[in-house]
Amino acid sequence: MSHAALALKFGEAIGPLVAGSKDPHFTVRADAWLGVCEHLKGTLGFDFLQDLTATDHPKEGKLKLVAHFYGYGHRTMLAAKVELPRIGATVASLANVWRAAEWMEREAFDMFGIVFEGHPDLRRVLLPDDWVGHPLRKDYVEAGGYREISNERDNPLDQYLELDRKVRAVMDSAVKAAE
Amino acid sequence: MSGNKGYAHDPGQGAAMVTLDSKMIDQLVNWSRASSLHYLLFGLACCGIELMQTGGPRSDLDRFGSVFRATPRQSDLMIVAGTLTYKMALRCQLLYQQMADPKWVISMGSCANCGGLFQLAYSVAKGVDKMIPVDVYVPGCPPRPEALTEGFLRIQELVKRDTLKARRASK
Repeated sequence: MSHAALALKFGEAIGPLVAGSKDPHFTVRADAWLGVCEHLKGTLGFDFLQDLTATDHPKEGKLKLVAHFYGYGHRTMLAAKVELPRIGATVASLANVWRAAEWMEREAFDMFGIVFEGHPDLRRVLLPDDWVGHPLRKDYVEAGGYREISNERDNPLDQYLELDRKVRAVMDSAVKAAE
Repeated sequence: MSGNKGYAHDPGQGAAMVTLDSKMIDQLVNWSRASSLHYLLFGLACCGIELMQTGGPRSDLDRFGSVFRATPRQSDLMIVAGTLTYKMALRCQLLYQQMADPKWVISMGSCANCGGLFQLAYSVAKGVDKMIPVDVYVPGCPPRPEALTEGFLRIQELVKRDTLKARRASK
């Protein structure tokens, strides 16, 4: 119902509804994202932004922003996706529509490197500010520690093996001496 | 010299005479230090729950004279209880620097010892001994209060073995 209303208003910017999956969802063109969301909250009564996150699809060269909306008035849930290019992913911020979007967008920026235009305070939220790279991208390579802290550690079992070798050598020599 | 050898103030002698040797000073200082090891309230993850339980009435760390302090300035002992991310590692370093000397560190649980279950994660530090010196490692995931109490008693032993001479030499 909500999807039909949106498709009527925004036309080609709204993709077809995928009803077969667990969460009925549709895609939204990136340039229409803010307008669609304002309409969802203002006219269609989706007053709760449940979740906002992203998925990485390197083979398609795309990042998909996923948002879940819920309306307390009509008790319906709706999910929308925005497809973004992996390089230079930029989309409008929803922080002025739902305040809850502020930290979720910061997390999406932190983990996927999606830039939200119009966000009041776009910084990393979980990782340190000087962290390099976006870890939830599939092609992320670990930097090898952080600042001067190394991420390597010896296997403690190696020490036991060394000890074992020494004890065996002593025992072997004792056996030979006895012979 | 009177028969009151070892006391700084001898009422019979008039002038105060110091006849304490360094070993006795060590014993006195170490006894008072070991009996009042205040630990920093520094629970990072699930080990923090066991740390609270150790301080609680059943295990009762207070019977050894150890109570938690919510500031590093008043703490003698840091119990690193839980998974240490790189972001937290910097804070951990800072807290350790803010503690007054002499100070001791217990690394509690697998995560603080070596990264534990999360050691392959990109954001988790591979052991707290990469940042600060550790005196006692307590294994377990998480260790039971009995195990942490045992670790604490080891720290007390360590404190009692300390001498003024060794401490001066290390500086």
